[in-house]
Amino acid sequence: MPEITLNGEAKTVAASNVADLLRELGLDAQPVAVERNRAVAPKKQHPDTPVEPGDRIELVTLVGGG
Amino acid sequence: MTPTDAPMQTTPSPIPAELDGPLCVAGRTLASRLIVGTGKYADFETMQKCLDASGAAAVTVAVRRERLYNDAGQSLLEFIDTDRFTILPNTAGCFDAQDAVRVARLGRELLDQLDNPGKDWVKLEVLADKKTLLPDPVGTLEATKELVADGFQVLCYTSDDPVMAGKLKEAGAASVMPAGSPIGSGQGVLNPSAIAIILEMLKDGDPDYPVIVDAGVGAASDVSVAMELGADGVLLNTAIAHAKDPLRMAHAMRCACAAGRLSFLGGRIPKKLYATASSPWDGVISYIPGE
Repeated sequence: MPEITLNGEAKTVAASNVADLLRELGLDAQPVAVERNRAVAPKKQHPDTPVEPGDRIELVTLVGGG
Repeated sequence: MTPTDAPMQTTPSPIPAELDGPLCVAGRTLASRLIVGTGKYADFETMQKCLDASGAAAVTVAVRRERLYNDAGQSLLEFIDTDRFTILPNTAGCFDAQDAVRVARLGRELLDQLDNPGKDWVKLEVLADKKTLLPDPVGTLEATKELVADGFQVLCYTSDDPVMAGKLKEAGAASVMPAGSPIGSGQGVLNPSAIAIILEMLKDGDPDYPVIVDAGVGAASDVSVAMELGADGVLLNTAIAHAKDPLRMAHAMRCACAAGRLSFLGGRIPKKLYATASSPWDGVISYIPGE
């Protein structure tokens, strides 16, 4: 199981691709943007974007701002 | 009834359509010249009412990490009608060009999922430090160039420095957005002369180029001042969100924006040192001193 850095924190996950990762975290039904190792992983490519040990993954959404 | 199912009152502009055109940015038209932020509200319900009352057609949002380990609760997007508002993601909280570019791309990915017209837009902020929130001019210019090359429409927050504003336009910014005063400071337009020079420089030979005064608004009169100078729009957040009565202030901002715009288009009279009577001297029956 890959050990990754997820939103700045170390985490071991079962998923081996981004689509599975979002499902594992319960985030697959809402707007979430994914950045893997500082590059955006577009939604359409989530099933083909691997999650590998040492990956730095950011999951972001929209919040109130000015 | 969920918030998104609630009937949405569309507050009309106080300006009759024949007296002013819409705000045009990057080939898109916005029905209001006021752009408002969605941050710092006491709750989402108040925000939703204020967005409506402001009459804004575009609203800014921020991009932040998803909360993974606690109940996310209410989501901002449940309270914003994405069919009605153009969503303008910002890069607030970025202190160098590379982070701003990353955040802009993540914002685009999110708006792409929502299929919102704002998906290629970004309100670029590259800040110097947390205390002043002043823009870092070097980082801002660098990020503008990179984002423009990547196909973004960059609405660029900057200081009121006319030279910098010119460089950002030259770099391809869709709109230059000088600050009236520091973000959230409520000091209004501190240097109207600088804003006037920016407007003159950026609109020289390009009168439709949009200049939007962004940041520093404290009260409705500040919006009018900016619009009277000839700004194409005003962007504000805190002045509504942190007002004693945000809903009243949201209405005030809508009216002030319209008042300032019409006053600019109407054309003010020149200032004179001495008085000019509004009533005729002809036929006065009284004694006039000195005559």
